[in-house]
Amino acid sequence: MTEKLSRLQIAWRLAQDLEEGLVVNLGAGMPLTVSNYVPAGREVIFHSENGVLGIGPRPAAGRENPQLRNAGNQPITLLPGGSLFHHADSFTMIRGGHIDVCVLGAYEVAENGDLANWILPDSPRAPAVGGAMDLATGAKRVFVMMEHCSKEGEPKILKKCSLPLTGLACVSSIYTDMAVIDRDPDGLVVREMIAGMDLAGLQSVTGASLRLADHWRVLSAPLL
Amino acid sequence: MINKIVSSLAEAVRDIGDGSVILLGGFIDQGTPDRLLEVLAERRPRDLVIATNNPSVNGRGLAVLMQAGCVRKLICSFPRAPNSDLIEDRMRAGELELEVVPQGTLAERVRSAGAGIPGFYTRTSVGTPLAEGKEHRDFEGETYVFEAAIKGDFALINAHQADRWGNLVYSGSWRNFNPVMAMGARITIAQVREIVPAGELDPETIVTPGIFVNRVVRLED
Repeated sequence: MTEKLSRLQIAWRLAQDLEEGLVVNLGAGMPLTVSNYVPAGREVIFHSENGVLGIGPRPAAGRENPQLRNAGNQPITLLPGGSLFHHADSFTMIRGGHIDVCVLGAYEVAENGDLANWILPDSPRAPAVGGAMDLATGAKRVFVMMEHCSKEGEPKILKKCSLPLTGLACVSSIYTDMAVIDRDPDGLVVREMIAGMDLAGLQSVTGASLRLADHWRVLSAPLL
Repeated sequence: MINKIVSSLAEAVRDIGDGSVILLGGFIDQGTPDRLLEVLAERRPRDLVIATNNPSVNGRGLAVLMQAGCVRKLICSFPRAPNSDLIEDRMRAGELELEVVPQGTLAERVRSAGAGIPGFYTRTSVGTPLAEGKEHRDFEGETYVFEAAIKGDFALINAHQADRWGNLVYSGSWRNFNPVMAMGARITIAQVREIVPAGELDPETIVTPGIFVNRVVRLED
């Protein structure tokens, strides 16, 4: 019996790969939970597009500063050493290649690293891009976290994206509820799979061709 | 004596006329110039072009101006809000034009206007629908797209403290687009929470030098 990861477990797994000293931007929504799972004692600097570097733990109830919030509008704290700056400087950091890793959600990822995460053509909502294109194109590495398949069970990792793109050939790693997959010059390489899964099983729910890393491991996360 | 402090919100926005291009500071509902927008809405200007990161999420400020039918075009990165059907309904009715711009491109287009730069090339949006119809150019093997500066007739911004020269400081993440928009307009108007005597703001930590600011109005407590 294969046990898929929950969303929080995906966030936990991704957080283990954020190395000491990296500057990391977390996209709105699910990626924001990643900051809760960085191993204790490891210093990672979190950036928020609205002009904050060095985000600390969530403020205690009643201690929120209404004038200090992240890009998801949640109250935050600043660590000692944190800094504040305006939007042109914030996006100079993003577009100028100064952010080591950004974490984004996705509708689709292609085997060449193309990312689609901002617009569904049949949506009645106004199209909203925010900082996604700047982050996808400007960060040194783009980590995607998402469910491996859509709610309808369709693969989200594809040969070619069908939805309008956010960025070209930009995704470096994909963290899903079934696997951790890296992109190298030859395509997609499975670094980890959940217990009970084999490459054929994973391939059957993936639209792009996968290779198995020589030293692949079982993907697991603590109960959260 | 130079004195950029004006006595009322109405006086601060007195000459914003029909068809003006207005740049707004703020991000989500952080540091938005809500009171200036609400007082402007009372005058019912027509056909305004608004450049801002996102529409109001709290039913204040820009939402009031839009509900009053004053806005012809919205240039923004994230046209979503809990009550954003206002935007979608107006778009479907052909009453509102929407230009969606990546957030960093929006900031840089306004910063460019302030710096006298007509536009710039960026990799952001290449290969996406937002680059369609724009000039592309290769530099050192990478493809870039040209983005034109956005010059405002007016900028409406929100700051924490000001002095009579128009020097400004901000508070926390309420800084965001405010200093950028301040640079990009012919006339910049700031709503502030506090006015301090000249010399009280530390010159080392002033964020927006008064050269970018024309009018300051203090909000009532």
